[in-house]
Amino acid sequence: MAEIPADPLRIIERFGPHLSAMTGARLSTSVEPDRLVKTHCCFCGQQCGIQLKVRDNEVIGFEPWEEFPFNRGMLCPKGVKRYLQGSHPDRLTTALRRDPSSASGFSSLPYGEAIIRVANEIARIQQTHGPGAIGVLGGASLTTEKTYLLGKFARVCLKTPFIDYNGRLCMVSAGAANKKAFGIDRTTNPWSDMVGTDVIWVAGSNVAECSPITTNYIWQAREQGAKIIVQDPRITPAARTCDLYLPVKPGRDAALFAGVLQIMIERDWLDHAFIDAHTVGFDQVAAYCSEWTLPRTAEVTGVPQRALMLAAEWWGTAKTSFLFHARGIEHHSNGVQNSLGTINLVLASGRIGKPKSGYGTIVGQANGQGGREHGQKCDQLPGWRDISNPEHRQYIAGVWGIDEQELPGPGVDAYELFRKIDRGEIKGLLSICFNPKVSLPDNAFVTRCLEKLEFYAAIDFFLNDTAWHADVVLPGSLHEEDEGTVTQVEGRIIKVNKAVDCPGDAREDWRIIQDIAHAIGRPHGFTFTEPREIFEELRVASKGGVADYSGVTYEKITQQLGVFWPCYSEDPRTGVAIADHPGTPRLFEAGSYNPVARGSGPFYFPDGRARFNVADYRPPVDDASDEYPIYLTTGRVVSQFLSGTQTRRIGPLVKQYPEPRIEMHPRLAAKLGITDGEWATAETRRGTITLKAQVVTTIRPDTIFIPYHWAGRKSANQLTVAAQDPISKIPQYKVCGCRVRKADGPPDYDAVLEPQQ
Amino acid sequence: MAKPDYLHFFIDPNRCIGCQACVQACSECDTHRGESMIHLEYVNRAESVQTVPVVCMHCDQPTCAEVCPADAIKRTGDGVVQSARKPRCIACGNCVVACPFGVPEVYEDRKIMMKCDMCYDRTSVGKKPMCATVCPSQALFFGTREQIEQLRPLSAPVNTFQFGHQTITTQVHIMVPRKLAAVAPHVDVTAAMEEQPRNRAVSLKMVGTPAAAHGTAPVESDPFAEVEV
Repeated sequence: MAEIPADPLRIIERFGPHLSAMTGARLSTSVEPDRLVKTHCCFCGQQCGIQLKVRDNEVIGFEPWEEFPFNRGMLCPKGVKRYLQGSHPDRLTTALRRDPSSASGFSSLPYGEAIIRVANEIARIQQTHGPGAIGVLGGASLTTEKTYLLGKFARVCLKTPFIDYNGRLCMVSAGAANKKAFGIDRTTNPWSDMVGTDVIWVAGSNVAECSPITTNYIWQAREQGAKIIVQDPRITPAARTCDLYLPVKPGRDAALFAGVLQIMIERDWLDHAFIDAHTVGFDQVAAYCSEWTLPRTAEVTGVPQRALMLAAEWWGTAKTSFLFHARGIEHHSNGVQNSLGTINLVLASGRIGKPKSGYGTIVGQANGQGGREHGQKCDQLPGWRDISNPEHRQYIAGVWGIDEQELPGPGVDAYELFRKIDRGEIKGLLSICFNPKVSLPDNAFVTRCLEKLEFYAAIDFFLNDTAWHADVVLPGSLHEEDEGTVTQVEGRIIKVNKAVDCPGDAREDWRIIQDIAHAIGRPHGFTFTEPREIFEELRVASKGGVADYSGVTYEKITQQLGVFWPCYSEDPRTGVAIADHPGTPRLFEAGSYNPVARGSGPFYFPDGRARFNVADYRPPVDDASDEYPIYLTTGRVVSQFLSGTQTRRIGPLVKQYPEPRIEMHPRLAAKLGITDGEWATAETRRGTITLKAQVVTTIRPDTIFIPYHWAGRKSANQLTVAAQDPISKIPQYKVCGCRVRKADGPPDYDAVLEPQQ
Repeated sequence: MAKPDYLHFFIDPNRCIGCQACVQACSECDTHRGESMIHLEYVNRAESVQTVPVVCMHCDQPTCAEVCPADAIKRTGDGVVQSARKPRCIACGNCVVACPFGVPEVYEDRKIMMKCDMCYDRTSVGKKPMCATVCPSQALFFGTREQIEQLRPLSAPVNTFQFGHQTITTQVHIMVPRKLAAVAPHVDVTAAMEEQPRNRAVSLKMVGTPAAAHGTAPVESDPFAEVEV
């Protein structure tokens, strides 16, 4: 491995992103589908039901699936146009090897040879440097079966502790906070519980662009009388019509929650009965919050005192409520504290575990929930078991037919894995559906690390920007080319169904993983012939764990249109086998039983009580300062998804939002002498970017916003800081100090790159 | 087949999130050959994220048809105004200029006016229009009056509009807030950052009074009740 094998423009010329737009053939009324396949969208964590129109082994369109209860046929623009990636000309249909002599930097090689090459290189590196010299990076868009298999592959076949996944960049702060407060990490209620609540608090979540279907639940709740509170530095479409808007300064969320809780304590808007009966630790939290007087909170957060008062009053005096948050408060170096702050508000109100009263974290990626439950996270084994817990290790080793001593210990988070590459401790890397060169912060560092690898193999269906560095690329499968389960935002396990076969030499990802295991010479445990078999083993592996899937079957999912976990195969109280456990739509209901509390209470701790945790406010690392006086925040736009590997290839979606812009308030723009549409340069301690300005009054005047879906010179993550939360290790994407100036003219790239590139 | 006359189309700009799922879905319809017949307009992006989806309002007395010199624009018996008929349309653009809602568009390459026909291929066989089916915020809704009354107690459907001396009634309804004076939503973050923001108010002048006016109590209902067709 070294630098990328050809001029990036030549690689783009050959492998894209090129646009796929609709063709005349698909528009002819005479083209009728052979069949409709009920499945789910391939993008975000809402996992909307959709029916794909299939003709001649090609997905040619879609038909809404109105019976699916979560979205009732509704789709966002990405869901509508997702079918256009199926027969995309950029699609990888053969294995590739790095070939600097080729103009495009890569040449094809037979699939079998590619597998042998990957296996040989892994074996060579491990023989020289030990098993831990290989790192594995997974993806939270993979089905649960694939993530389970990948975790098993890393630990059993490669015997390396170093596996982590791109969910690390998504919602691990929320997960860690949930675990600290509730002992379990799952949204507590189905979304339908929002309709009928008194108050909905949306903290740091641009639902309209990141999870559009959720807006209908919010709007419907509003029609039924709910007051909507939105906390965001930007007026997002959900904030536009909310009843109370809290224009929080980026990175000050924990302070806001502490200040609001302090008002609730002062006014005694608390549920004392619930706090006494079901929680521990309130006194410490109250002592901490006493420091957060109203004036201080207003000063730190930038939210006026009257708005804080109103928020506390509405939240404190409501009878029912729903609070949810997303990356806006989680993508921080104190993201866990921010999330704990929201949980403290929920616990103090006592409104959890009841109909119309809930708490949730919005999943960003397709399988953000299931993908972190079954073993591709560096510290977890299947069923949410702890890799450091001897009992848990014993159980999983038994399922996998190995000795517990053979199981590696905990690894490191995805960013730390790159630091290990930088230090020369990890020499080889295998990644699947992960594009860290676009999605990790401070991506110049990531590029440097990729250049240091001795060997890198990537599995993906398009040649993403990270795979440019690969020695071997294995052609994986699209969402519609495989079957398996996914767990969506509500904790509902659903079934993705196969619509078409993989083209050319492309293979289902689980087959590729198994092929490597066989070529390495350790096929034991990697002889599954279909995803269903993997799921059957996963059911056993998860049994008795917190994320218990043992009562879930493919048939039950299809029949019930999804099953909420935990779903038991035997009564956890008596151990008597049950076949028809319906799953658990709502957690923590009075009298509910869980294997941790064993009847002591609804929360997943031995005493059955939830934990208040002091949610300590710390200013962000790399905060705005005299030198870098503006806050930079990043996020999504509705027509693009994550690193854009898929959506930047879909013509109509690109047309909708062709390129990133720097969003800024007119006051800031006037100060900088920039007008709407002019080129502006933003600079942080790590890099600079030149994009067109979008001047709007819907953002704080001290803050700029850049969407992050683009690569290379348009990548927002050239600027962001790799500061991580000490507990969850999530990077601080949502704030860093920045300065902005008017650009001298268009950047060099403007003359050569297409908008989507 | 005709569109059932108990099913209506409702637009609720207050719900619109500007995602363009409607625009993308409309272009999937076989009859439009890949063109979207919906315009998704930002009212003023510099000052607000407010967007409005614009579809054909399907006027009871369509001005576009009245001004058409070639008699190319036909209204079906169930009240759906169709795109211009290919053999008759002379692409003169009279309809474009005359439509008070700014809907029809002449496609110069094909020399024809095309516009939303309420997914006639779908609505005439018992399906919902594609845009209303997919709209993730249900700013576009297709169903019965009873459903919309149950689902939207805070707003009322309006289908009478005044343009100068011209009064127009339409098959498509716009949902407007029942309160005649509503507090305007935030348009500038700085207003929310101030301790005492200016009290903004907008007045809505409605033509005619909605059937069920003020004070209707919210009712329990399924937010996603399906349309029975």
